[in-house]
Amino acid sequence: MSNEKIQAGLDKYNASVEKATAKFPERPNLPEQRLYTPLDIKDTDYADEIGFPGMYPYTRGVQPTMYRGRFWTMRMYAGFSTAAESNKRYRYLIESGATGLSCAFDLPTQIGYDSDDPISEGEVGKVGVAIDSLADMEVLFDQIDLGKVSTSMTINAPASVLLSMYIAVAEKQGVPADQLKGTIQNDILKEYAARGTYIFPPRPSMRLITNIFEYCSKNVPKWNTISISGYHIREAGSTASQEIAFTIADGIAYCEAAIKAGLHIDDFAGRLSFFWNAHNNVLEEVAKFRASRRVWAKVMKERFHAEKPKSMMLRVHTQTAGSMLTAQQPNNNIIRVALQTAAAVMGGTQSLHTNSRDEALALPTEESVMIALRTQQIVAYESGLADVIDPLAGSYYVEALTNKIEKEAWEYIKKIDEIGGAVAAIEKGYIQKEIQDSAYKWQMDVESGAKTIVGVNKFQIEEEPPKGLLKVDASVGVAQCKRLADMKAKRDNDAVKAALADLKKACQDENENLMPHILNAVRTYATLGEICGVMREVFGEYEAHVNL
Amino acid sequence: MDIVEELLKGNRLALSRAITAIENEYDEAMDIMKKLYPHTGHAFVLGITGPPGAGKSTLTDKLARAYRAQGKTVGIIAIDPTSPFTGGAILGDRIRMNGLTMDEGVFIRSMGTRGSLGGLSHKTADAVKAMDAFGKDIIFVETVGVGQSEVDIVKAADTTMVVLIPGMGDDIQAIKAGILEIGDVFTINKADHDGADKLVREMNMMLDLDGLMTDWRPPIQKVIASQNEGITETIENIEKHFKYISENGILTKRRTERSKNEMLDVLHSNIGSYITNKLVETGKMDEYVEQIKARETDPYTVVSNVMKDMLK
Amino acid sequence: MAKVRVLVAKPGLDGHDRGAKVVARALRDAGFEVIYTGLRQTPEQIAEAALQEDVNVVAMSILSGAHPHLFPKVVNLLREKGMDDVLIIGGGVIPETDIPALKEAGIAEVFTPGTPTGDIVDFIKANVK
Repeated sequence: MSNEKIQAGLDKYNASVEKATAKFPERPNLPEQRLYTPLDIKDTDYADEIGFPGMYPYTRGVQPTMYRGRFWTMRMYAGFSTAAESNKRYRYLIESGATGLSCAFDLPTQIGYDSDDPISEGEVGKVGVAIDSLADMEVLFDQIDLGKVSTSMTINAPASVLLSMYIAVAEKQGVPADQLKGTIQNDILKEYAARGTYIFPPRPSMRLITNIFEYCSKNVPKWNTISISGYHIREAGSTASQEIAFTIADGIAYCEAAIKAGLHIDDFAGRLSFFWNAHNNVLEEVAKFRASRRVWAKVMKERFHAEKPKSMMLRVHTQTAGSMLTAQQPNNNIIRVALQTAAAVMGGTQSLHTNSRDEALALPTEESVMIALRTQQIVAYESGLADVIDPLAGSYYVEALTNKIEKEAWEYIKKIDEIGGAVAAIEKGYIQKEIQDSAYKWQMDVESGAKTIVGVNKFQIEEEPPKGLLKVDASVGVAQCKRLADMKAKRDNDAVKAALADLKKACQDENENLMPHILNAVRTYATLGEICGVMREVFGEYEAHVNL
Repeated sequence: MDIVEELLKGNRLALSRAITAIENEYDEAMDIMKKLYPHTGHAFVLGITGPPGAGKSTLTDKLARAYRAQGKTVGIIAIDPTSPFTGGAILGDRIRMNGLTMDEGVFIRSMGTRGSLGGLSHKTADAVKAMDAFGKDIIFVETVGVGQSEVDIVKAADTTMVVLIPGMGDDIQAIKAGILEIGDVFTINKADHDGADKLVREMNMMLDLDGLMTDWRPPIQKVIASQNEGITETIENIEKHFKYISENGILTKRRTERSKNEMLDVLHSNIGSYITNKLVETGKMDEYVEQIKARETDPYTVVSNVMKDMLK
Repeated sequence: MAKVRVLVAKPGLDGHDRGAKVVARALRDAGFEVIYTGLRQTPEQIAEAALQEDVNVVAMSILSGAHPHLFPKVVNLLREKGMDDVLIIGGGVIPETDIPALKEAGIAEVFTPGTPTGDIVDFIKANVK
């Protein structure tokens, strides 16, 4: 059918719609068009813009066979209380069929404080496991073969220290570093912009990141050295386009920093990975995944002149949207997570964490975690969504939406370039302000009823308070402090002192790669707080930019 | 709690409550000010102004730390605009001074402009006096922008520092015109950004052309407040200026002028509200308004008559 | 002309300030003066800032689970400073079962996820002294 014929048909249809909408006005907050046709994608060149899986620009996926060969990695984020408790949960997950581990650390660990620091009071073991030293890490991975498992660690500002601890545990297990598989999040820019667990100012933070890139490219080649995260930007309230735009802008900043430090793009770009949010709007999310791959491929090829295909592939871990879980009627969250899972799978994710129904209320119970994992398994094995590659390609709407999100992302990237890059845009508070404005708009839409959240602003019921929530006992903090004191009494304190002094000297020399020095300190059982304390002394601390 | 007695004893809550009384125009505010007045006149008052995003709060934070290191006590009044539509305000300066909160020698108070035109400068001046009576050695008054109300506010200052940053584009042209006359000391913050030297040159040129030039040539100092660079030099500039105005009788002149303004402010606001209240109480207000609206009379005639009646 | 002054603070270490920021803006739009103190504030800092700003309300948000420890600590510090009439409210991921103890400790109301900001505004208007 020619475009003229379609246009004629569309005109006729639009005329008929006018009569209908006069009688039945449409709902608010809908996509601008009610119907998509071949006309909406008539300018999209299939070969250039959509292409084939495993081929540039990777719109349809990064691997040639996608889930027909192997499903995505079902990776469940877990960790709470002490290393021993978390170790039990990890082994339970592995027995239940999880194929990768994902470690959650408590806030003192994420911000580089020991459990006995006064500022850690009340926080030890709360949102993740408390790690003070190599001794805790040994317990955390007890009886888990680090040569076999792939481990993702949600750790950013002190990523270098936790990775060093992981390498040191592997050494003790007899597993060489070049066999280790996993990911550290290591994405400091989104900490400034959205997540808030930063320590040092941007410059030394970027140095630590490039030090890790360089060290791992030589010593831990299978390790994903960064997971450039849009997840938290979305959780903080951004739109889908902002999520990928700000994250890709961060990615550009990391590449520039690494190149400035003397690395070649193809030496590290293949180890960059991304982290997306799977939000509620299924079709928009699928389009977002597709658009993000296309934008990144173009950035790598056209801006950084990468040559290796792997450098141009946006490989992504996904987590379902925690902020979309409701405290009201929590079982409804199971359905939300199932739809978000469908979006991530049709979007072509490489790995997925599914949230548990009770996470708007507390940390998830084992039963809830099991349902969340089963959700992935049902989507994988029963739904058929994973049976063909990129099943929504060719949908007029999804292709048009993919184009739209890509366009919006480029506009933001251009704007950030004009400001002077992601670091400058964060220092100016530009990215934070954009996210906050979107978050505020979302909230106002929910409150005005323009946006419906089932069970929250519509279909509410009187509910009994939920029972059986997981609680981390306050005694965990006391016990952890005692463990730490015992460990300090046993270690060789002179060796610790020497290693910390050596680290301090290395910090002061900008040309020195810090990784070997940190690894050295970790081996002496220097604590996370001690190591980060030395770096705080030399680097100073970041002061947040808030612009409400 | 006897606010005045406690304030003079160094009770921080009393100081806080005194400022609230001033801000909210509570009846007791006048009485508090009467009693505090004899205890004022010791503090050095530094006005800090400049466009939004210039890093004034960060700079204030660093300057305050430097003064603290000299053993001086510090009061900070940080003023942010009130939304004209909702009457609300986000008072966000404090967040850049969080490190000072636990220092007992520092007292920070955030204020909204609350849409009052003349009233704000009057209230700010009284808040400064409350901190002065409390015993603060140095009081910072930080305001955003360089509009008329800010100019009025910094009139309460002994020395006024204007903070600018490079790369502000055309905005700066409009701002520059208004700041030359109020800036005793200029600070170019974020001096590591492109365009800092260009801005310094432009500022120097404008100062060269300034016909109002006295024998005080306002210094222009480049700083990077976030990295604590240029802070010592900025303090030296402030001190030089203070020395200059002290030695040339300018400080005395400024303070005399200020005393006069204070009296006139109180006079205007008290007489104004006295007459307004009378008009409202007697119902004459509505009557006059209706007559003016109907063009039966005019505002000038009304006011002449009211004054004849009430102020004889 | 008196205005309701609210200190919005994030005690503890968690960096999830979406809720705190949305609430701060909603309170401003309701005509309040909002002093936002940002992340990682110790109870001591929050209480001292509340005193210097002479706020009518202290609103805190915690998502990490540290609320049983930190909320009551702020209440006690405010009382020690003589701020007896300040309205103290909390929000975040807070299990229903923890709420009675927090109220017992002096938190006037606890707002859990999904609360419309208008409810918080109404609560403040009804209860502020």
